[in-house]
Amino acid sequence: MSAAATLPSLTDAIALGLTDSEYELICEKQGAPPNILELAMYSLLWSEHCAYKHSKKLLRTLPTEGPHVVMGPGENAGAVDAGHGLVCAFKVESHNHPSAVEPFQGAATGVGGILRDIFAIGARPVAVLDSLRFGELGGPGSARSRYLLDGAVSGIGHYGNSIGVPTVGGEVYFEGPYEQNCLVNAMALGLAPREALVRSAAAGPGNAVVLFGASTGRDGIGGASVLASAELGEDDDKRPTVQVGDPFEEKKLLECSLELLELGLLVALQDLGAAGLTSSASEMASKGEVGIDIDIAAVPLREADMEPFEVMVSESQERMLCVVEPRNVDAVLEVCEKWEVNGAAIGAVTDTGRMRVLRDGELLGDMSVRALVDDCPLYDLDPVKPTAALYPPPAATLSADASPQESLLALLASSNIASRRPLFEQYDSIVGSRTIRRPEQADAAVLALPDGSALAVSIDGNGRRVAADPRNGTIATVLECAANLACVGAEPLGTTNNLNFGNPEKPHIAWQLTEAVAGLGEACRALAAPIVGGNVSLYNEGATGPIYPTPVIGMVGRLPDGRRAGRLGFLNAGDGLALVGPFAPSQPASELAKLRGHVLPDGLPPVNLPDAVAALAAVREAVRSGALSSAHDVAEGGIAVALAECALAGRLGATVTLGDGWWEALGAPGEDGAPNWPEGARDAALFGEGPAGILVSGPEAGLRSLAAQTHVRLIGHVGGECLRIALDGQDLIDASVEELAEAHAGGLKGYFA
Amino acid sequence: MKFGVLQFPGSCDEVDALEAARMVGEAELIWHRDRDLQGADAIVVPGGFSYGDYLRAGAIARFSPAMESVIEFAREGGLVLGICNGFQVLCEAHLLPGALLPNVNLRFTSRQVRLDVVAPDTAFTSACPPGRQLSIPAKHSWGRFHADAETLERIERDGQVVLRYAQGENFNGSVGDIAAVSNETGNVMGLMPHPEHAVQELTGGSTDGLSIFQSIRLAAERVAA
Repeated sequence: MSAAATLPSLTDAIALGLTDSEYELICEKQGAPPNILELAMYSLLWSEHCAYKHSKKLLRTLPTEGPHVVMGPGENAGAVDAGHGLVCAFKVESHNHPSAVEPFQGAATGVGGILRDIFAIGARPVAVLDSLRFGELGGPGSARSRYLLDGAVSGIGHYGNSIGVPTVGGEVYFEGPYEQNCLVNAMALGLAPREALVRSAAAGPGNAVVLFGASTGRDGIGGASVLASAELGEDDDKRPTVQVGDPFEEKKLLECSLELLELGLLVALQDLGAAGLTSSASEMASKGEVGIDIDIAAVPLREADMEPFEVMVSESQERMLCVVEPRNVDAVLEVCEKWEVNGAAIGAVTDTGRMRVLRDGELLGDMSVRALVDDCPLYDLDPVKPTAALYPPPAATLSADASPQESLLALLASSNIASRRPLFEQYDSIVGSRTIRRPEQADAAVLALPDGSALAVSIDGNGRRVAADPRNGTIATVLECAANLACVGAEPLGTTNNLNFGNPEKPHIAWQLTEAVAGLGEACRALAAPIVGGNVSLYNEGATGPIYPTPVIGMVGRLPDGRRAGRLGFLNAGDGLALVGPFAPSQPASELAKLRGHVLPDGLPPVNLPDAVAALAAVREAVRSGALSSAHDVAEGGIAVALAECALAGRLGATVTLGDGWWEALGAPGEDGAPNWPEGARDAALFGEGPAGILVSGPEAGLRSLAAQTHVRLIGHVGGECLRIALDGQDLIDASVEELAEAHAGGLKGYFA
Repeated sequence: MKFGVLQFPGSCDEVDALEAARMVGEAELIWHRDRDLQGADAIVVPGGFSYGDYLRAGAIARFSPAMESVIEFAREGGLVLGICNGFQVLCEAHLLPGALLPNVNLRFTSRQVRLDVVAPDTAFTSACPPGRQLSIPAKHSWGRFHADAETLERIERDGQVVLRYAQGENFNGSVGDIAAVSNETGNVMGLMPHPEHAVQELTGGSTDGLSIFQSIRLAAERVAA
């Protein structure tokens, strides 16, 4: 065959990201050295990005089953039962490396990719959330971080706004270790009638394989192996491997796909993502235990002279692949014509178990589907706990002798806590008319369902705390996500996750990954919130070292009555104010410690998971019953910042006294109950962080009934125009809501001028 | 009373507009390739990014077969409401005066805005509660209303300015704080904010947008009677 005229060598294989032994194994599977097309296809499907070769064994330890799970990991997206015959499909995915190279297109195509995963299983996308990480916005290196932030936010907005799917929530943090390697994770949710779900397994030898959507060009060639499965080096060389997105094309593709499914014209459907036709066709064949023949002469191309391997590995966006019975091919192409998308029958399902690539009858490549998809070797990690600190301390920006009030204002203005309004105002959060809670109205986004119930969704990560303690930090992250759901009254149905880590071949990264996955499994089991899908992004390292290990958790829950969805803002003057849960704040690894330039601690205090889960359940039930006026999870900046956030959202002050019960909680016993607050304990009480703390306000009766269920500390009451916080009779903070608002609103505003 | 809601490839808010219209009357979607307006008494040109808005917002949609029928319908006095991208389409079709330019901040901006009803007796505002501001979400990147000085003077004089952004709410930089304008004969109106997203308390933050649809119903019934 002509393509095999000059066979590639081991050197070529290594340049494509394979190892010596993997190349040898490929030769063995093929029975001969592969030609360039075959090698290109193997190199992509055997990349970390497609084969999960360093993470698959760990991922197998995660809980994936539960009463609400309709579709678990392995499909384009997971799905849970949303009640009354509806299912909610959801998944989070990363587009970190493309975004670090070209932030606008990288982030835009990240959104495009995750949306395709949702409608590939037959669900209409109804919401997008995103989780972003960049370097510091001030100081050396910050110009790059500001450029990446602006580009990524614009890209997410451009794609989501143009396609008519609301961006309802998200999170963003700024830390030095993300400076070279930013994180852009996008999550999407879709809704479908249960019987409308479609799988991606190809079936029925003789059936046609139809490619529809955008035409195929040279963009994104080798993205999965070159960009996503290696550390970032000289970025500019890699720019051509970043794909370019077209939300209009995707909007048409979305409507076209859903119409094809509604008309019952498809046997199977799959989107084209990383590794393009190569991975989608091979995976469809693998799942159906069949073979597929692809005729590349039939693929609509942007450039006529593309090499066969380029056609097979192109990552051109906005394309789908489907299996169609021969009698329905014309009807499928007609629907494509209606929506003005290209459609072409490019191949057929076979019973050979082979992935064959042809051009006008000439055989260009012939591989076993099993070898391509399932036979990539899986590696054991070699985890070793590091003996020295992996991350340098951040530069101090707040003096250690700042007063509590100065510290509170500095925290509210800090990039990690300041109002996200300058970002979320760039997103359409309401299209579709389902959004019951918009950003900054509640801890989780809430979406109305047709039967009056509602879905709640939150996405969370806390790289700094996971860096300090991968296991407990990950548990805390999962608990925070669940707490956000509890605060609006929702019970978790399922979880998705994106594991963003450094190079797993390094023992200390392997240790972070192993510990984090153990914590993830433990927390999801305790919450009965199984993992229904997700993504792993490894090799997130720049020249200055690895990112903070950042598991990003997305959780979807349900509440029976959308009208009773909780809010975070104080509502009524005179309401009592209480702290719920086994919250035990400590200063190390907190936002305050960061502002003071402290190095990360080695380990975080463990949390009592059953107590935490019980507290969340009690809050959830109280919100559902209408007993509370507000509920808000205590996170970055501790109690003082959480109180300020409630005050800002409700434009109403509060008077709070911390003390008494705080002794035990903080492990700093006083003598004979006399006020004795050492500096560290005072800071921990006001600004310390830890999982499982929820601030609630409400009428006394409501708080009393909550106290009958779980651990509740009454700390004050709502009212007035100021936030006043005293500790054992000593007034520490007295700031007007206006003053707090000014600090909070200004933190990020300047970066989007 | 029946609304027809146009649907272009790239429309985003057409289903929201359809559902909002159904709260006050019947409503159907009209595909962009259809010339038949299905006997609609009023047409809504919805928000979104028709044909991707790649040339200029609304510039291609105005040539669609459905829009050709809408232009004829409007010239015969039919009621036409353009929302956001629909406003842009109606300006491109010369059914409305002026043009929409990029926001002064050059960014897509999404915000709940308060609007003053400056012309309370039009076919689009007669059901708005007298003397009260409307609270309606706006979300767009090309929403800065612009008209030359002469046109501006004429539309101000002739009462074609229907809604204005309340003080401090004009984030896109529209001239004269203009949020909605009508044609000379008062049967066509365009606005950047989205009344269809403010029709129920639960998801809209207010129900003020419903009064726009109710006004259209009243006007259509007057025509029929």
